[in-house]
Amino acid sequence: MNIYLLAPEISLCALAVAVILLDLFVERKWIVGAVSIVGLIVPAIFSIALWGTNETSFGGALVIDHFSVFFKLFFLAIAALILLSSTDYARRFAAFRGEYYAMLLLATAGMMLMASTRELISIYVALELTSISLYVLAGFLKDTKSSEAGLKYLLLGAVSSAVLLYGMALVFGLTGTTHLQEIAAAISAGGLLNSPALLMGIVLLVAGFGFKIAAVPFQMWVPDVYEGAPTPVTAYLSVASKAAGFAVILRVFYEALGPASVDWGMIFAVLAAITMTVGNVVAIAQKNIKRMLGYSSIAQAGYLMVGLAAVSSTGSSALVFFLGCYAFTNLGAFIAIIAISDKIDSDEIADYSGMIRRAPLLALALALCLISLTGIPATAGFMAKIYIFSAGVNSGLLWLVIIAVINSVISAFYYLRVVRVMFLGAPVSEERVSSPRSLQTALSFACLGVLLLGIYPWLLLKVAETAASMFIP
Amino acid sequence: MSFPYLSTIVFLPVIGAIVIALLPRANPRRIKLTAAAFTAVSFVLSLAVLFMFDRGLAGPQFIEQASWIPAINVQYFMGVDGLSLPLLLLATLIGFIAVLVSWKIDLRAREYFAWILLLETGILGVFCSLDLVLFFIFWEVEIIPMYLLISIWGSGRKEYSAIKFVLYTLAGSAMMLAGILLLYFQADTFNMVTLAGMGLDSILSSLMATSIFFLILFAFAVKLPVFPFHTWLPDAHTDAPTAVSVILAGILIKMGGYGMLRVCVSIFPETAQNYAPLLIALAVVGILYGAAVTLRQTDLKRLIAYSSISHMGFVLLGIFALSQVSMTGAVLQMVSHGLVTGLLFAMVGLVYEKTHERSIPKLGGLARQMPIIVVVFSVAGLAALGLPGTSGFAAEFLIFLGSFSSTMVSGIQVYTIVGILGVVLGAGYILWMLKRVFYGPPKAQYDGVPDANRLEMVYIFALVALIMLIGIYPAVLTDVIKTGVSPILAALGL
Repeated sequence: MNIYLLAPEISLCALAVAVILLDLFVERKWIVGAVSIVGLIVPAIFSIALWGTNETSFGGALVIDHFSVFFKLFFLAIAALILLSSTDYARRFAAFRGEYYAMLLLATAGMMLMASTRELISIYVALELTSISLYVLAGFLKDTKSSEAGLKYLLLGAVSSAVLLYGMALVFGLTGTTHLQEIAAAISAGGLLNSPALLMGIVLLVAGFGFKIAAVPFQMWVPDVYEGAPTPVTAYLSVASKAAGFAVILRVFYEALGPASVDWGMIFAVLAAITMTVGNVVAIAQKNIKRMLGYSSIAQAGYLMVGLAAVSSTGSSALVFFLGCYAFTNLGAFIAIIAISDKIDSDEIADYSGMIRRAPLLALALALCLISLTGIPATAGFMAKIYIFSAGVNSGLLWLVIIAVINSVISAFYYLRVVRVMFLGAPVSEERVSSPRSLQTALSFACLGVLLLGIYPWLLLKVAETAASMFIP
Repeated sequence: MSFPYLSTIVFLPVIGAIVIALLPRANPRRIKLTAAAFTAVSFVLSLAVLFMFDRGLAGPQFIEQASWIPAINVQYFMGVDGLSLPLLLLATLIGFIAVLVSWKIDLRAREYFAWILLLETGILGVFCSLDLVLFFIFWEVEIIPMYLLISIWGSGRKEYSAIKFVLYTLAGSAMMLAGILLLYFQADTFNMVTLAGMGLDSILSSLMATSIFFLILFAFAVKLPVFPFHTWLPDAHTDAPTAVSVILAGILIKMGGYGMLRVCVSIFPETAQNYAPLLIALAVVGILYGAAVTLRQTDLKRLIAYSSISHMGFVLLGIFALSQVSMTGAVLQMVSHGLVTGLLFAMVGLVYEKTHERSIPKLGGLARQMPIIVVVFSVAGLAALGLPGTSGFAAEFLIFLGSFSSTMVSGIQVYTIVGILGVVLGAGYILWMLKRVFYGPPKAQYDGVPDANRLEMVYIFALVALIMLIGIYPAVLTDVIKTGVSPILAALGL
């Protein structure tokens, strides 16, 4: 048993504890935030050192391979950007700032574990570590909307966890094991492919994980939680939580349920079509920008599921690549919103009117991210879409890809509407909107990523292909 | 490696856009001079390419090729041949003229010129790329600049027209993307030269070839525009600012015709031949319908916009008649229409700027008050109706000659003769418009309106000279175009 393999998670949890302790003694609270950001370097170094290892530990429950290390670094990078954009926002939390940072770190540790386990019970535990931290974070503002968000997320999350657990129990009952690879072997050996109980298990697993990635029809929590939660937490939910869900899905469905890929490939294809359509159509009617991005993130989950439905190695590497591009884009959009909304004290799209005059760089950055979400070239979003759609066409899912491209057209309508309001509307007031240095830094990183990946995607695509190379159906 | 002419031509405008965005102390004059300088250099370089172009060779020249996204075999692959070079030249010229046309823009000048230049790069890129993904990327670049240019600096129902343009274009390109991906997984390459040489018609099942052909064609049909996908065009043209109308009519819609030749007809010549009757029928409907609707217009700008639908019908007819002469004529018509209609929109812009009136019944008798504008407007109008000695005549003559004698499509003579009626209607709406706007008794309220100033004379006379040059000596371009058409003819077995 090699405890060193767990070093990134252990150091991250230690950091979380250290941050809580530090919070007790330090008066100037920005130090707490700074420590949690700088402290991320330790788990990041441990993770980088693990790149290239291919080992398992804890009786096969923990696995370190390219895929898990990629996601460890991915979650750490997202956490760093979220923490950076929270430092200013955190003044709204009268007390408990240390706990806020610690909760974010613990949620990140849970996600890192989710990407690195190969055993159903460990997956469940990691998932709950993430979820419980996020339930707390969603309610952190303690006003009416935020509390509602926290409670709603908790209740629906608990139901989805139960469904997931029931699915896992069914699979365990049929195969007698919780280890993913042994499950796959048992399915092939036992002739379970046509068993209705297995299909039931698969459906329940899809439902449970579908909640995490906000796929229709498990998306009901999204708009209220996204609107009510503190904006950095919303950003974190929309990017990291979704990515963790997809990482687990890739792991479970390819490694354990690979033999039944015909069944779940079709389920994901249908869900993808419904998810992107519902997300986009409902997003058109939204007036609150956080709600709109909530529905947009549902639609994006639909595009991501095309990669799952493709059931191929290009499908899974396209999925990983899309997650990377989506992370930069959506984080950029949310960071810009944090910066703008904090000053104008509103999330209504109408109040963004004339923002190009009041905050030219923020407005341009937000426009860039929205254009990337639409999937217009020279941005990361376009490269992500073309790659994931090509995986779809390659697997004979032309019908799904045509639905997806039509959806991209629909989405242009509401993304560009925000651009229009910002660029064309008359400014609500002449007051300039200034933003703190921390947000500017985080936003620059995100926008740089969007442009760089839009022009030279190979930077990330190469890594994504290595990371996903083991998922061969 | 030789000097990367094409990349320089394509990317100079966008570099100019970045320079403009970063200019310290931006007074509008400095912004305009920067924009003019970058587009002028780009135009001069494309002239240099025309002179260095080897007219004896078929196939692309000035090639630049590098691996870009190895995972899906995408290349950075630029090159021009006889099909794209005339349009590239037209695009750099119109880009430069569009900057001059915009000289009086002072509203948010920095943003305006930055978007114009970005738009220019997108259009130039379309004409230079020989890799389908690269082509598609450039194809989409125009959307955001066009959207903002129409909706901020336009007039009338500008926001409605802008979003209509965007949604039509995106719907088209969505289908094209699906078609391109489908094509990739059949042929395993995005390289347009390789694809054209594969003879995919016979390799693929006819259902597959037809699906890809129409998925991709749809995007081009929206852009050209082909009846019945044309309804975005009058709105966008009418509500756009003058320079954007010039770009839109001058080069943007030519991307549709170019795309049909470069992608649809080059890669699937036999499929194109099978469905030619359908497309030719649409072309003739477009010619007649466009001309008939044009006759009824009372807004000067909208009138010119509708006439484009009719003129683009000639292009579609020339392309799908599939003979050497007709396709050469189609490309020449695109260049000619770019010059002529670009000039017409610029003239409408001038008339409107001086008189603040675009409604034809309210104008009249301007010949006394603005003699220079009247002369140039009339020349442009005569070129639009195809008077011999102008580029419009050379192009339309080639199209009709080529279509009538084409052996590729049965019964084409009937379509051609019906199509020629469009020319008669064209003479009708142009001459009637000229009469109502410029002749007749002068109106008192327009006494003392200024004529064209010196800067305006520079670009309108330059365009007139080019229209005459091509009209008198079309071989200056047809020689080049023929080398571009020859691979398609070879694939058709001619």
